[in-house]
Amino acid sequence: MAKICSGLETELRLGLPGGGGVKEKKRVFSDICDEEGKEEARKNQVVGWPPVCSYRRKNGCGMMKMYVKVSVDGAPFLRKIDLSNYKNYSHLVMALEELFGCFGIGEALKDAENCEYVPIYEDKDGDWMLLGDVPWEMFAESCKRLRVMKRSDAKKIAKDLLKGLATEY
Amino acid sequence: MCLFQFQSVMNYFPEEVLEHVFDFLTSHRDRNTVSLVCKSWYSVERFSREKVFIGNCYAVNPERLIARFPRLRSLTLKGKPHFADFNLVPDGWGGHVYPWIEAMAKSGINLEELKLKRMVVSDESLELLAKSFPNFKSLVLVSCEGFTTVGLAAIASNCRFLRELDLQENEVDDLKGKWLSCFPESCTSLVSLNFACLKGEVNVVALERLVARCPNLRSLRLNHTVPLEVLQKILVRAPQLSDLGTGSFTHDPDSETFIKLKNAMKNCHSIRSLSGFLDVNGRCLPAIYPICISLTSLNLSYAPGIFSNELIKLICHCKKIERLWILDTIGDKGLGVVANTCKELQELRVFPSDLYGVGNTAVTEEGLVAISAGCPKLNSILYFCQQMTNAALITVAKNCPNFIRFRLCTLDPIVPDAVTNQPLDEGFGAIVQSCKRLTRLSVSGLLTDQVFLYIGMYAEQLEMLSIAFAGDSDKGMLYVLNGCKKLKKLEIRDSPFGNMALLSDMGKYETMRSLWMSSCEVTLGGCKTLAEKMPWLNVEIINEHEAGEGEGEASCDDRHRVEKMYLYRTLVGPRKDAPDFVWTL
Repeated sequence: MAKICSGLETELRLGLPGGGGVKEKKRVFSDICDEEGKEEARKNQVVGWPPVCSYRRKNGCGMMKMYVKVSVDGAPFLRKIDLSNYKNYSHLVMALEELFGCFGIGEALKDAENCEYVPIYEDKDGDWMLLGDVPWEMFAESCKRLRVMKRSDAKKIAKDLLKGLATEY
Repeated sequence: MCLFQFQSVMNYFPEEVLEHVFDFLTSHRDRNTVSLVCKSWYSVERFSREKVFIGNCYAVNPERLIARFPRLRSLTLKGKPHFADFNLVPDGWGGHVYPWIEAMAKSGINLEELKLKRMVVSDESLELLAKSFPNFKSLVLVSCEGFTTVGLAAIASNCRFLRELDLQENEVDDLKGKWLSCFPESCTSLVSLNFACLKGEVNVVALERLVARCPNLRSLRLNHTVPLEVLQKILVRAPQLSDLGTGSFTHDPDSETFIKLKNAMKNCHSIRSLSGFLDVNGRCLPAIYPICISLTSLNLSYAPGIFSNELIKLICHCKKIERLWILDTIGDKGLGVVANTCKELQELRVFPSDLYGVGNTAVTEEGLVAISAGCPKLNSILYFCQQMTNAALITVAKNCPNFIRFRLCTLDPIVPDAVTNQPLDEGFGAIVQSCKRLTRLSVSGLLTDQVFLYIGMYAEQLEMLSIAFAGDSDKGMLYVLNGCKKLKKLEIRDSPFGNMALLSDMGKYETMRSLWMSSCEVTLGGCKTLAEKMPWLNVEIINEHEAGEGEGEASCDDRHRVEKMYLYRTLVGPRKDAPDFVWTL
């Protein structure tokens, strides 16, 4: 006879409608979640909710696992991040800054001319684009890899390109 | 004339006549009913029955099936409970098809069709299937798992008269084998081929040749590895297709290949059903505009790459659509366009594109109201939405009294009315009161016992009900059990229903197919009581946390709440293939 214990000993406390019953109902997740303040994340991560079948979860939903490589000039190795973890550009940039310990990437989003770092990405067509031009969802969907260049390098590449063009005439 | 008199009259007819009359009964329910009339009808019916539907594979066993229906040709089997789709049933729970195939093979059943849903299908099963039934014609696997392309190769190689191989949303291990090349040159009988759920590449030359030599091919659904160039060639060879699932649909719209595709599409006058677009470039969509006008079924729910404005442009061409599956990227505005354009719409499914709240693309109650107002033939809906209101649901109920299936899923499971902050009881109440033919209902959002009072009172035809995070007390469940006379499947999660509700009318469960309760208030003791009193039920306790926690906790006592319980009526007692973590009481 199998030993049966109702594993997760969770307590269900329900308030009246409109009352404070919100957190208590998410019994399964409330036991797993150990991060404070992530209310929004919590409500979306109850096991099996929304009720989308696992095949569809893996294949149909737009913002599923979107792992892309990130390289930062000067860093010894690349990292991989999941774009579906981020809501918008600032969110992404903050994460990158933390991941690589370099600060100032965010400046490029506000002032593309004068920042030290230039965040660019390779899109589906193989072109390298400056981060921030298109809506976040469109970016996340088409981004294949990320690179944070040092402005000095970018300038050099541009110079070489111009030189090349100039000599053709 | 009463049944008794009628029966006496009917008994003057020889059995062949009865059999001929029964031939006209195509629905399983009708045939089941006539078999209950008297012994001779039972006998005639069972010897003439060729198609059998088994909604729960553990309700009977292969031996009984074969004994009763020796002329069986077509079998439909369903395995795991519905909530298995949402990862609530651990791997290894059961639902194996092998014993069924083995038994039928041994008994010389002339199997021609097999349709399986939520079952575990091993390569061995497929190999045995392929080699045991010389007239095998049709294999349909929906949401199954356990097989690889090796099993598919066996089917392709051995089933000489195969007409249909339809794989829908299965978890297949694609070993990148050459299964498609295994269809011999002599195979010319294919009518339907759907391999959209496979991940690996197929031999496209073999595919083209297969399509070319099967003149009866009506339905073809490709996987994402089949590029647009190949699609173009296939369409040239098979302009008679009526159901197409594109693979990848992305190319340079200015290229010659693309122009050829456009022309090939124009020639496909029979396409009524379209799906796929698994990898898509929106600029390629105009190629399908010419066929949109004739489409009755369109499934874009696996195409997150189509943006809202492109989707809307596409929909404008689809005036005859009856069945539409899309992502919520369409937005309320897009649903408004659907409402204005698709006057023949009967079934709508709007799936969430964004499960983790990263973006803000979900639809709201506005879209649903627009659809209900614009589409008079709407009878089936699955709607994932950001928010809902009672007022909207009341309006929808008024606009659409013809719903047969109504499934609403709010992304936050207990969100209240977005305007009044009240529970959504009144809204769903209006739906069940208005829709007298409702057979399937899924509720969500903030809900009290009141909604179940309404359901019990009004949902007279309801057969399947899905409940999550709803209700206040046992009364809720009691209203449903007492009121819904035709209830067949009840599935409940995370709701405060306990032993009192579970045990109030134990006989009810023998009139139902199954009951699922997880993260509710029922205890081990309650389940034991039920199992004791009802020998025709299997009461399964599923406990995945058992391993490794056993040491200190000896046998848990009856007061412990049960994590997951699944009970179902059965003629054959506890199943012998239950894994360790399943305890049949």
